[in-house]
Amino acid sequence: MALLELENVTAGYGHGPDILQDLSLTIEAGRSYCIIGPNGAGKSTLMRVICGLLHPRQGKVTYKGEVLNDMRTDEVLRRGISFVPQDRSLFPDMTVMENLRMGGFILSSRKDLHNRVEQVLQTFTILRERSSQRAKTLSGGEQQMLAIGRALVLNPEVIMLDEPSLGLAPKIARQIFEIVRQLKDLGMTVILVEQNARMGLESSDWGCVLDLGTNSFEGPADTVLNDPRIQELYLGKRRESRRESWK
Amino acid sequence: MPLLEVRNLVKHFGGIKAVDDCSFSVEKGTITALIGPNGAGKTTAFNMISGLIKPDSGTITFNGKRIDNLQPHQITRLGVSRTFQISRDLMDMTVLENLVVQFPTTGFWGLFQASILHHEEERAIELLDFVGIAYLAREKAKNLSYGQKKLMEFAATLMTEPELILLDEPAGGINPALMDSILERIELLNQQGISFLIVEHNMDVVMNLCNPVIVMAYGKFLTQGPPEQVQNDRHVLEAYLGEA
Repeated sequence: MALLELENVTAGYGHGPDILQDLSLTIEAGRSYCIIGPNGAGKSTLMRVICGLLHPRQGKVTYKGEVLNDMRTDEVLRRGISFVPQDRSLFPDMTVMENLRMGGFILSSRKDLHNRVEQVLQTFTILRERSSQRAKTLSGGEQQMLAIGRALVLNPEVIMLDEPSLGLAPKIARQIFEIVRQLKDLGMTVILVEQNARMGLESSDWGCVLDLGTNSFEGPADTVLNDPRIQELYLGKRRESRRESWK
Repeated sequence: MPLLEVRNLVKHFGGIKAVDDCSFSVEKGTITALIGPNGAGKTTAFNMISGLIKPDSGTITFNGKRIDNLQPHQITRLGVSRTFQISRDLMDMTVLENLVVQFPTTGFWGLFQASILHHEEERAIELLDFVGIAYLAREKAKNLSYGQKKLMEFAATLMTEPELILLDEPAGGINPALMDSILERIELLNQQGISFLIVEHNMDVVMNLCNPVIVMAYGKFLTQGPPEQVQNDRHVLEAYLGEA
């Protein structure tokens, strides 16, 4: 059975037009997905619908057979779906440790919270070194690690990352994609939205192309990566020659 | 004489030296890249060039004229344009209004006139078409996706008909296929005589679009040269690029 399923979902903001249009997508447990597509295709909106920040106008979102459509974000979180938004949404004046604790705000037991934060600090040792530093004083890469670390405090089954490499130097972006691969190796289901499409697909099992609010193509990531039509439409046809000259 | 010259620039924030005795220049007619690790001081340098913040010491000259003591609008009028993250006030305006407000003769208060002048609107539509989002002209800015906002900001920089455009990560969050067409537009504008200074982390863009490439690290100028030279520089590889 699919872990997470979107069936004919239509969604939009306020009285505005439909951003997602009759979108259907099946997410299998333990797989990593990279969603690519043009600007304004609805990639971030898709993530907002899954985590309850936006409710669908039509269609159905189910997680382990349970309908998520009208659930609040904290209820979705409790069920095991975490979200790292594009702007990272850290608390800039709080310390690294405080930000991590905020990630576990729904945990009622202090001991659980302590243990969970401790586990995250073991994964991201740099965050332990920076634990008393304010989030705004971290470098871009460290801030992204903190945002991911905060999402991991609840030990989610599904983690959604909206453009984690945005604004990061190449060396740091590679580290972030390595973390994405590690999350999958830890058994998590990963949903990644990336405009750094090649690196995103190279780090994922499965690729989905979202265009005009609907799922227009999906398949194994290397198939998506090597499809000449997708290269031309979504990956940039001049890229290969550029990459060659860069190497 | 360089088009833009930055000399011994220094800027502290509290105890942190964001820009530390940094000097570089941009020659007329070039597409110059400014690269470096996160926190190297690139955006702070941009903010000083465009007048958003004042340097603690050092000088900035544009076409031989000191600009480090000028206000941002004065610097824009001299021919330096840059992308800004749009403020909350402008988010409720349409994409078209966001561009028209940049027009030198319109400005913010001009929007309260009975009608926006026809030629200004025409120019704005032309530029939105140039970056591929003319269909969004009547959409409120707040309804745009991240990438669409960046395209709008790029179009807005062209409204003032600048001589030098500063672009802060033009490729960030932009779909690669669309980015190719944006790069072609940057090249076209460059052929028409506009110079660019571009902060960018996407190395495909930097290495194929820009020459020279300036590298900053820890607030200082590290090196400068043609892309093929910079990409093989040991210090740049260590500090910024990592192992390819």
